[in-house]
Amino acid sequence: MSKKKYWQSFGQLNATEAYTEDAANEFKEELPFEMDDNGGKTPRRDFLKYLGFSTAAATLAASCDIPVKKAIPFLNKPADIVPGVASYYATTFVLDGDVIPVVAKVRDGRPIKIEGNELGFTKGGTSQRVQASVLSLYDTARVRFPMEKTGEGFKEAPTYEAVDKKIAAALTAAAGKQIVFLTSTINSPTVLTVLDEFKTKYPTAKHITYDAVSYSGIIQANEVSYGKKGIPSYHFDTADVIVSFGADFLGTWLNPVDFAKQYASKRKINEKNPTMSRHFQFESMYSLTGASADERYTHKPSELGAALLALYAKVGGAVTAPAIGDKRLAAGIDAAAKELLAAGGNAVVVSGSNDVNAQIIVNAINDKIAANGKTINYGTMLNYRKGVDAEFEQLVADMNAGAVGAVFIHGANPVYTYRDGKKFADALKKVALSVSFNEREDETTAECKFILPDHHYLESWGDAEAKTGYLSFIQPTIHPLFKTRAFATSLLKWSGSTVADYETYFKAYWISKLGGQIAFDKALQDGVIEPVAPVVAGAAFNAAAVAEASAKLSAAKKGGKHELVIYQKVSIGDGKMANNPWLQEMPDPLTRASWDNYVIVSPETAKEFGYAKQAELDEYEVNPPKRVLKLTAAGKTVELPLIIVPGTNNNTIAVATGYGRSEKIGRAAKGAGQNIYPFVGFNGQTYEYTVADVTVEKTDKMYDVVQMQTHGTYDNRVEVVKETSLAVFKKDPKYFINERLAEIGPYGGVEGLEEKGTLYPVFDKPGIKWGMSLDLNLCNGCGACVVACSAENNVSVVGKTQVGKYHDMHWLRIDRYFSGDMENPDVVFQPMMCQHCDNAPCENVCPVAATNHSSEGLNQMTYNRCIGTRYCANNCPYKVRRFNWHDWNGADSFKDNQNPLVEYGRLNEVTLDMNDDLTRMVLNPDVTVRSRGVIEKCSFCVQRLQEAKLTAKKDSRPMVDSDIKTACQQACPTNAIVFGNANDKESAISKVRTQEGYNRNYYVLEQIHVLPNVNYLAKVRNTDRVVGNHEEGHEAHGEEKHEEKKEAATEPAAH
Amino acid sequence: MSVSSPIFAASKKDILPHHNRFQNVMNQPKLLLRKSFTLFLVFVCLFIANNSFAQDGKALFQTNCASCHAINKKLTGPALAGLEERGPWSDRKKLYAWIKNPSAFAKSDAYAAALMKEYGVAMTPFNLSDAEVDAIVKFVNTPVPGGDGKKTEGTGDQPAEDNSLLFGILALVLAVVALILLQINSNLKKLTDEKDGVVRGEPVAFWKNKAYIATGIILLFLTGGYLVAQSMIGLGRQTNYQPEQPIFYSHKVHAGINQVNCLYCHGSAMEGKHANIPSVNVCMNCHMAINEYKGEKLFHPDGSEVNGTAEIQKLYKYAGWDPTANKYTAEGKPIEWVKIHSLPDHVYFNHSQHTKAGGVQCQTCHGEIQKMDEVYQFSNLSMGWCINCHRETSVKFKDNGFYSMYEKFHNDIKNGKMDSVTVEKIGGTECQKCHY
Repeated sequence: MSKKKYWQSFGQLNATEAYTEDAANEFKEELPFEMDDNGGKTPRRDFLKYLGFSTAAATLAASCDIPVKKAIPFLNKPADIVPGVASYYATTFVLDGDVIPVVAKVRDGRPIKIEGNELGFTKGGTSQRVQASVLSLYDTARVRFPMEKTGEGFKEAPTYEAVDKKIAAALTAAAGKQIVFLTSTINSPTVLTVLDEFKTKYPTAKHITYDAVSYSGIIQANEVSYGKKGIPSYHFDTADVIVSFGADFLGTWLNPVDFAKQYASKRKINEKNPTMSRHFQFESMYSLTGASADERYTHKPSELGAALLALYAKVGGAVTAPAIGDKRLAAGIDAAAKELLAAGGNAVVVSGSNDVNAQIIVNAINDKIAANGKTINYGTMLNYRKGVDAEFEQLVADMNAGAVGAVFIHGANPVYTYRDGKKFADALKKVALSVSFNEREDETTAECKFILPDHHYLESWGDAEAKTGYLSFIQPTIHPLFKTRAFATSLLKWSGSTVADYETYFKAYWISKLGGQIAFDKALQDGVIEPVAPVVAGAAFNAAAVAEASAKLSAAKKGGKHELVIYQKVSIGDGKMANNPWLQEMPDPLTRASWDNYVIVSPETAKEFGYAKQAELDEYEVNPPKRVLKLTAAGKTVELPLIIVPGTNNNTIAVATGYGRSEKIGRAAKGAGQNIYPFVGFNGQTYEYTVADVTVEKTDKMYDVVQMQTHGTYDNRVEVVKETSLAVFKKDPKYFINERLAEIGPYGGVEGLEEKGTLYPVFDKPGIKWGMSLDLNLCNGCGACVVACSAENNVSVVGKTQVGKYHDMHWLRIDRYFSGDMENPDVVFQPMMCQHCDNAPCENVCPVAATNHSSEGLNQMTYNRCIGTRYCANNCPYKVRRFNWHDWNGADSFKDNQNPLVEYGRLNEVTLDMNDDLTRMVLNPDVTVRSRGVIEKCSFCVQRLQEAKLTAKKDSRPMVDSDIKTACQQACPTNAIVFGNANDKESAISKVRTQEGYNRNYYVLEQIHVLPNVNYLAKVRNTDRVVGNHEEGHEAHGEEKHEEKKEAATEPAAH
Repeated sequence: MSVSSPIFAASKKDILPHHNRFQNVMNQPKLLLRKSFTLFLVFVCLFIANNSFAQDGKALFQTNCASCHAINKKLTGPALAGLEERGPWSDRKKLYAWIKNPSAFAKSDAYAAALMKEYGVAMTPFNLSDAEVDAIVKFVNTPVPGGDGKKTEGTGDQPAEDNSLLFGILALVLAVVALILLQINSNLKKLTDEKDGVVRGEPVAFWKNKAYIATGIILLFLTGGYLVAQSMIGLGRQTNYQPEQPIFYSHKVHAGINQVNCLYCHGSAMEGKHANIPSVNVCMNCHMAINEYKGEKLFHPDGSEVNGTAEIQKLYKYAGWDPTANKYTAEGKPIEWVKIHSLPDHVYFNHSQHTKAGGVQCQTCHGEIQKMDEVYQFSNLSMGWCINCHRETSVKFKDNGFYSMYEKFHNDIKNGKMDSVTVEKIGGTECQKCHY
């Protein structure tokens, strides 16, 4: 192998000096004696002075007195609460229109972890935002009581009753004018009826849905094509061919958890009869979904219409498509069309565009390939997004014209997300009564006259109808932390309803609807009510508008040199949860950057802006400062640093939404990135998230963007990810296992490697041997596991400054590997955590035995024994050990000892936020909060393992798979992670390793004989291209080729 | 922290004046050095032996014997004080045999058989070494000041001091004898030298004698080090901690005399991590009816009498209960008990693991709670104490279905290679069983 096929960075690809040096150092800096002015040289006398002082101070402060602790029991203990034992309540994560049925883990009255509800349609899957939502409950920036604007600022309103009176008076005064409910998508049946009741009381009232990122294009197109004003449900689980035009359905589009689950069911390899769906992705920037695609093509954003029309023509549409200049793209469209037609209706085409005409063509294509009624289901509509852009535009006009008497805002934040926030803010000033129900003083709320904060979903009663007939229920898991009130309660009060509050209304509504208290209790307990069999139905397609749509698309203006795509980051999305430190710290799957948004450019484009030479690229990769670019379009400018992502269209730049927030949002979001919403366009019908011509200028400024990709690099060790194509795998299912056997065969083979491959003694694992398996075919890199891990294990948030110093603490990272050429590389994601090696290199270098091995195969980390030499981290081949460089959690004796560090700018304010007494309520009491100076790493969620064993012991029965799930495994929407007792022949993990996944099973860096307890299943792509470690033209490899592979595979061991 | 060994305090004071008597006769540095080193070794050995025995005896007694035996009272088994004066126990070998396998020994010994009949149960076999049994016997024969079970507040482990004092005096006497002998030897040598006409310089003053100074420094260093280490180990431990509680709640009255089951109030000990202090409504279940105390007199640790009825009134105040009207009239508030048993944050301890899965009795760790008025901390809750129990205690290997997966051990038991599986064998002494 002359050239490594998989690379994490440009430096690695070209093996530059900077990269080599960087990779050689586990810790990128000298010990941080930063507070010193003498350049780190402390004179001996000073050192002794400090030593003496700190010893004396510590002695005084610690004092030998044992503090008197109190144990205060309940006055009246509720029968079903046992302190120290967690209860689980089914509820539903609702954020704007997003709905995921979940189960909340409540310990001693505090929700501390969210898991997916396996009874729901998402089948236990979660997303990063679902996992992080529990932290938002304890957000210090939440509005804590009703407030009224006095002068410039807000003042606490004495009581809700007082506010109610004022609002009632204002409503009377608003008679004759419009009363507008401006909300994000509401899919709660009860809240919608409450709204209707309000409308009967106030006939001028109307409800306008405004989504931060609009799906108006699809909704309106469906109205034109099918007479259905809404979004149908998609069935990726029955689609053999999937073609997506920029729809990031695994990352951000509609409900990625649901889609990922469906998609994964078609991507799971049955080794005996391997089949997979075939996924074409046409897009302008590299999306998470694009990374999973079998074939990926890039196009300019302005070429979307042409590409769609070309595909429509190829599948038999009667249009003359504009010519496509890009040969690769044209070939891709040809191939996609051929397979779509051959799939016999088991195919689907989706598009992320918000353009009505583009969506009409998508509908036309789906009609031509007979997907309508099969993979596209109009019998079950999706209720995630309902906003129609023109309605909102009309509202802004009405408000400006003074026709609106009152505005009630719930969930929406147009001052921030609208293309002209100032215009909306000004319009809002012309409305006599403006009330916000938002949970924090966001940009729009700040402009309102009253704030009546709504509960967090974990404090609420409620319901949601994600899809037609799919009901999920919300029950409170904690008493409201603050003086908040349910949105619907306010409506009931103001509409003069006889029902006192929403809780009563909600219960009465469902008890009568479900037919009694028992049915209602069951519904709450299950959390969901779903149709037994999904209703699948098509809708009559009306082709009348296709001609006009195609004409308009053909006539679309040509793009300029640089075209802008406004996209949503997988973690932050539209910015609603921007103040969530877990989400901010979670690196973006593709760019691996956290805490900021930036301009994504292709390597080719980067050359224009000062990244042409290798030395410049090295500087780019190793250090956080990145060149700042100035974007100008339609009189608006924004300055953002650039990030280079191979596989981005050369004429495209991309910027994520959700950043550049007001300071009132909270300390985590403060100062992160810039707002790109002002660049959103309006075409008279819908908002456009692409800008056809942007002027991009290079500035002299540099700005730190912190990326985690290069933090853990393997010193020149390749073959960390394994991949091949379905064709090759079908021809030779033994491809991977033979390669492995060639290497380890002489040392005992798969079975005997542990004993025969070493000089060291082999230790018994008499009862349990924990093992984990990760299927690279199912992992789409979404990162739900990363946040779940942080939540479960109290993993610290370090803040941007410290991520920049390579001090991130994530126990589980998802490595991104590119392979192939710079223009159109493939991406493979590999979750990487402690591999719990049975021959662990970290264990033998610890001078104090703080890390050692358990008889169950766990690589144990004992914090209270660790003295912080960091030898273990240096010796870890997988780079998964994390050192506590600072007292992130306030675990040391001194209170407020982080304050000076924040003042000096060494720590970010988010550290203070995470240590607030309120925020600390999210900590898992079963996991030690680590203090400064110790190493930590993945523990396989040992607290869960212990609990699982205890449960089995208490029941006096053998442990089974269902007893134990690690946090990452439970969070994963695609079930890519399997965990269990490998000694048990019946366990899922044993079956994966010895049967189902035997042929694809491999261990990372197996050749160094560290005997990991984590195995991976190699990735298979459904493509004819050469992927993976095969040399060009290697598909039909025979025996002699195998010989070559053997040599290649053993090569790295020589290092 | 008052962790100190009285013997050192005593010996330091006593040794110094004695030295003055021999100050002008020390003139043979080499010989002296050797001898003083020997002397020092004797000291050290004595101290170590003496202290470790006293320590071990107590610890061993508490871990192994205390759940069934007290020193001066009959419990499940007989009181152990003065056991050597009874039956065959003056013969240590018989005692060893009995402890290692009681039922086998009882077959050959009438006294032991009678004991078993009298108490109705066979004693549990203990795999204790002879030395450990000796240490226990020594401990039970040492009178405890203040009597058994009546402890006052203390913050550290205190070694049995009388025993140490004895050894201290012995060591001192030996030291004095050794010094006198050294001096005599030196004087005699001087005399012979004078006789032979060898001229010697004037003897070096005692306080200038380098050998003495060195010995002194080494001794100080070792003693100091030992004391510092001991007090460090004791940091955070609070055996015998018996704080004053907001209500004088007597476990003796409830669990002992009235035989209320521990789990009636501490039921969650079988369910979860915490045993939990019962909420006020649990107290009121009984105390709605029981509104005065008529049992035997209760005393505070300082000897003053407790008015039991007044203590029940305190409970009513917390509960908001009006005993005359027989109903709740005021808003209650929870009782702020003082926590006695505290583990550091980095330790995970689960009660149900021990009670439900392990079948361990409450008394094993908490002592004879049914005999305590206000509760004190019986065990030191140190890691050594935990580990020791995990090494010695067998799990319910055959009875609990969970252990079916340990095929190897089941085979070993079948083949007679082992008779029981200790907690340690299934990984119970590994770090991440308690620290995570």
